[in-house]
Amino acid sequence: MNPSDTTTIIGFFTGDGFAGYADAAAGVVFLIMLATTLVGGIIACTAERLVRAVAGLALSFIGVAAIYYFLNSPFVAMMQLLIYVGAVCVTIAFAIMLAAPEDTKKIGPSGPLSGPLGLVTAGLVTMGMTGLAVNTTFSVLPKENMGSVKLIGIELLTTYSMVFELVSIVLLIAIIGSLVIARHGRSK
Amino acid sequence: MSLTILNAVIAVVIAIAFAALNAAYLVWAERRGAGRIQRRPGPNVNGPLGLLQPPADGLKLMTKQLIIPGGADKALFMVAPVLAMAPAIMSFVTIPFSENIVARSMNIGVLMIFAFASLGAMSILLAGWGSRNKYGVMAAVRAVSQNISYEIPMLITVITIVMMTGTMDLKELVAGQSGGIWNWNLVPSLSSPLMPVAFLIFFICTLAETNRAPFDLGEAESELVAGFHTEYGSMGFGLFFMGEYANIVIGASLITILFLGGWGCPLGLFPGVWWFLLKIYLLIFSFIWIRWTFPRTTIYGLLNLSWKILIPISLFNLLFTAGLLKVF
Repeated sequence: MNPSDTTTIIGFFTGDGFAGYADAAAGVVFLIMLATTLVGGIIACTAERLVRAVAGLALSFIGVAAIYYFLNSPFVAMMQLLIYVGAVCVTIAFAIMLAAPEDTKKIGPSGPLSGPLGLVTAGLVTMGMTGLAVNTTFSVLPKENMGSVKLIGIELLTTYSMVFELVSIVLLIAIIGSLVIARHGRSK
Repeated sequence: MSLTILNAVIAVVIAIAFAALNAAYLVWAERRGAGRIQRRPGPNVNGPLGLLQPPADGLKLMTKQLIIPGGADKALFMVAPVLAMAPAIMSFVTIPFSENIVARSMNIGVLMIFAFASLGAMSILLAGWGSRNKYGVMAAVRAVSQNISYEIPMLITVITIVMMTGTMDLKELVAGQSGGIWNWNLVPSLSSPLMPVAFLIFFICTLAETNRAPFDLGEAESELVAGFHTEYGSMGFGLFFMGEYANIVIGASLITILFLGGWGCPLGLFPGVWWFLLKIYLLIFSFIWIRWTFPRTTIYGLLNLSWKILIPISLFNLLFTAGLLKVF
């Protein structure tokens, strides 16, 4: 291979003079992230073993984190990994392993929306969302504060402090709810 | 210079090579160190000083058949070792070894390393559960409760440092400590007199997070055979091992960057990658030293240490430092 070939290959990879390829590569990467998210979600919904469902959920979260990173907000991506995969999924898996014996497949009674009716509902929702997404003209907002951690912190504790506190009330309700459920102890 | 696909590929290849080389030769160093401490030779037959032992072990692991136990959950069983190794490689990408040697400098480097480190718990859980083995499940439960409880004091300590320095960028963290040993974060200053305590907490948490003795309850061989990797042979086991040693290198690098001035010299002379490597290998030597001289704790002692001692102290440190930063 002579040197010019090498530069061609590097050019192919870097997109120097091959801008179209770079865009195509970015598109492929985006599709991979999307597929990861969707496949993870499908596994989470359809898996028969609960631990597998949690693994699917984790995969889906990783896909979402990748999309955040792709959209130029690494801080949100890292928080997604740290909180949703590192904390939420691990806690769920932990609870399942401690609580349920293996192989018990418990599926509740199917509600009125299962089967064909559910399919129709899902189809309608998908159609509505797709229609909205296609017909809306998305205005590109100016990039604010470069995703700086400091500015995000300041915004959270000043402009959006109300939202921030409301979220913590949701968490408080979750804790109280779990305490109420667990109040009667193991004998029950 | 923009990050391009070729650069990224090269960076990842170098990261994997560095992790694998370290894993191989740290095992050798560990066994030699253990031998020295226990007054026996350790591996010394293959090659000079036994230096050819790691390649031989690697070949053996790679040529063995990967046996999947009958009742195991095949998909999770196969995914778990990969999940143990991949986050460690990702963390290497953002660690700056010197002013210029860094694959991808990020302004939230600290956060990125912790985000990927938190994926390790998932891999242990999946490995223990997926191999359908009572010892595996027990070990996974133990290892994960340990990882969760030691992540808290570790992150609180990191918050203290980030608050003091005002940056999450690993390069800026090191730059703020340049000039000599008196500028290191380890040394107490007027606004942060408790830094040595923070260092001690972080050091203990690193030992616990990397599942090292005296905190290796997840693979306590006297009780649980080999813990969560009981059922793994060949390269499945190899990947767990590589992930573990890669995590040790990352832990040592993080301690070096956060407390020990990164690539700076103690006297402010000739800063460079050699100081960084010297510091991380000294830290790793101390890890090995601790592992072979202390007995293993119990699981209750371990959890009590975190929840009743380390977390209150680190919280107090955080509030105290915050107060002092407000005053000065």
